[in-house]
Amino acid sequence: MKRNLLAWAAAAAVAASAGVAQAQVSDGLIKIGVLTDMSSLYTDLSGKGSELAARMAVEDFGAARKGLKVEIVSADHQNKPDVGSSIVRQWFDVDKVDVVVDVPNSGVALAVNQITRDKGKAFLVSGAASADLTGKSCSPNTIHWAYDTWMLANGTGNAIVKTGGDSWFFLTADYAFGHALERDTEAVVLKNGGKVLGKVRHPLNNQDFSSFLLQAQASKAKIVGMANAGGDTTNTIKQAAEFGIVKAGQSLAGLLVFITDVHSLGLPIAQGLIFTETFYWDANDATRAFAKRFSEANRGIHPTMIHAGVYSSVIHMLKAVEAGKTDDGTKLIAKMKEMPTDDPLFGKGSIRQDGRKLHPAYLVEVKKPSESKAPWDYHKVRATIPADQAFRPMADGGCPLVK
Amino acid sequence: MDIFGISTQALFGQLLIGLINGSFYALLSLGLAVIFGLLNIINFTHGAQYMMGAFVAWLLLNKLGIGYWWALLLAPLAVGATGVAMERLMLSRLYQLDHLYGLLLTFGLALIIQGLFRNEFGSSGLPYRIPEQLTGGQNLGFMFLPNYRAWVIAASLVVCLATWYVIERTKLGAYLRAATENPQLVQAFGVNVPRMITLTYGFGVGLAGLAGVMAAPIYQVNPLMGADLIIVVFAVVVIGGMGSILGSILTGFGLGVVEGLTKVFYPEASNIVIFVIMVIVLLIKPAGLFGTQK
Repeated sequence: MKRNLLAWAAAAAVAASAGVAQAQVSDGLIKIGVLTDMSSLYTDLSGKGSELAARMAVEDFGAARKGLKVEIVSADHQNKPDVGSSIVRQWFDVDKVDVVVDVPNSGVALAVNQITRDKGKAFLVSGAASADLTGKSCSPNTIHWAYDTWMLANGTGNAIVKTGGDSWFFLTADYAFGHALERDTEAVVLKNGGKVLGKVRHPLNNQDFSSFLLQAQASKAKIVGMANAGGDTTNTIKQAAEFGIVKAGQSLAGLLVFITDVHSLGLPIAQGLIFTETFYWDANDATRAFAKRFSEANRGIHPTMIHAGVYSSVIHMLKAVEAGKTDDGTKLIAKMKEMPTDDPLFGKGSIRQDGRKLHPAYLVEVKKPSESKAPWDYHKVRATIPADQAFRPMADGGCPLVK
Repeated sequence: MDIFGISTQALFGQLLIGLINGSFYALLSLGLAVIFGLLNIINFTHGAQYMMGAFVAWLLLNKLGIGYWWALLLAPLAVGATGVAMERLMLSRLYQLDHLYGLLLTFGLALIIQGLFRNEFGSSGLPYRIPEQLTGGQNLGFMFLPNYRAWVIAASLVVCLATWYVIERTKLGAYLRAATENPQLVQAFGVNVPRMITLTYGFGVGLAGLAGVMAAPIYQVNPLMGADLIIVVFAVVVIGGMGSILGSILTGFGLGVVEGLTKVFYPEASNIVIFVIMVIVLLIKPAGLFGTQK
């Protein structure tokens, strides 16, 4: 035991001296950890695709050409905050990971957010949704990239209440993400003069929603808001069709729907669904080119806004490493916030002091089967919400960093 | 009229929904009970085999254009055939050993099968439409009952009762039961016991495949659809009494109803209520509600 301790101390001393020798980029290597869901309901919308997006970003940045050594590792957090936390601790303490990216599941992301802050590393969230990451849990070591619950609620909620959907019933996934999404949407509904008639919390990764749908039906609310994601959303939509929810006059509001969910449901069931996203692959030539490369390497699955977020965040991070000559987490994040962002997927943008990355959001509607010309031709954009209105104003978030 | 703040109308609806979910529990736990009762194997691959049933139905439809009704027959046969192969090649080597070995083998196989399907088909699931004849539904006054769900209850009741009848009331069933008590003696009467056991396993697995086909139009056809269900179904079997055919059927339906009611009164607990009941039953009646101490 004692000998072990000595060995550790020696190793630590060596590591520390190595740090001094190369003051700029520790161990001459930028190590990116893609922490994601590799085995459960969020695999297709993040998972291997997120790792691929990170690799494509490193390639496109031309890291090797610029003499920057970048390595990518990945792991499966199994949607368990404790599993995710221990992986990230190991990454930071033993494997010398500098930056953690992706992390779908807000429960896991909030845990990683805290650890990253304690260890002074960098965290670029694309997978998780909870707007708390730039609100009360904001951190000088975290940037929230692709989307968040406030933006989803604001985009979809506003559009629906303004077209007459003023009474709501929530079907909410019972964990950090679902609660945040429900809270943010409820606020939008109430602000616009609507009312919430009821809500029900279902366990994550639930199979049968008929019981909850019956409760939604009994509430007589005009809108059934689904504050859930992935397989939970697709099962809800499918079973809502079966129980004639929409035929009987109620409408479904998908608060977080990904293109992979639409693909999985098929257009006959998904058509007409309205939701908000920040990236659609068929927007311009650059996004189409990216989608082509991406899907060829990813079993035909087209990129979701999470994949796009991982790509964009890694590119910008590498630019900041190059410009700031550092891979110290806190300094790196500060540098990233200083620099304007620009990449082929989100175009020009910026990062706010509270860690919120700003870009436009799109209110989209799922096409009818007759409108879809090719596989994955699913969405039509109904409205664009400009970057300065898409996300929660910084003053309303309650982020202690900006007070 | 209200009961605990829930209208009786809503309550009827929830009871019916509970029965529908219960019919899946019953079908699956029945297969498990048959396999455990006659082979003494704790078949952890059951969830994966249920998933395979759904995938066979999907493949039949999308690759060969064969619809739901034929899938109802073909998918259980196909999945049952993989079960027969598995029993011959692997499980048959474990009968002399402790239950634990069978459990570990089948658990490992389940993980492998699920992993392979996930690699091939992804995790978000594939769509499977409700067959034309069963779309739509009936307005029962207290709820809208989709025709397909009504069909699921009816079909699963028929299959469960038929299985119970064959095993408990026919000569074939008597052979099967005798073979588990004393295989040597039954063999001495000229019955091919190993073949009977193989076919029994194939049948139990086929039941899982059948449940998979019936589930395909309701849930997404998803590589992980059996992974969570199998744990619940095991709890059902334990509560009913390991190996008790009637016990597994009754507890399957019963627990579906209990779970359905939990979803109304305290939805957050709906995924654990069955395990709470399991703990209580194990404390009071360790052999299960319908089991007999061996």
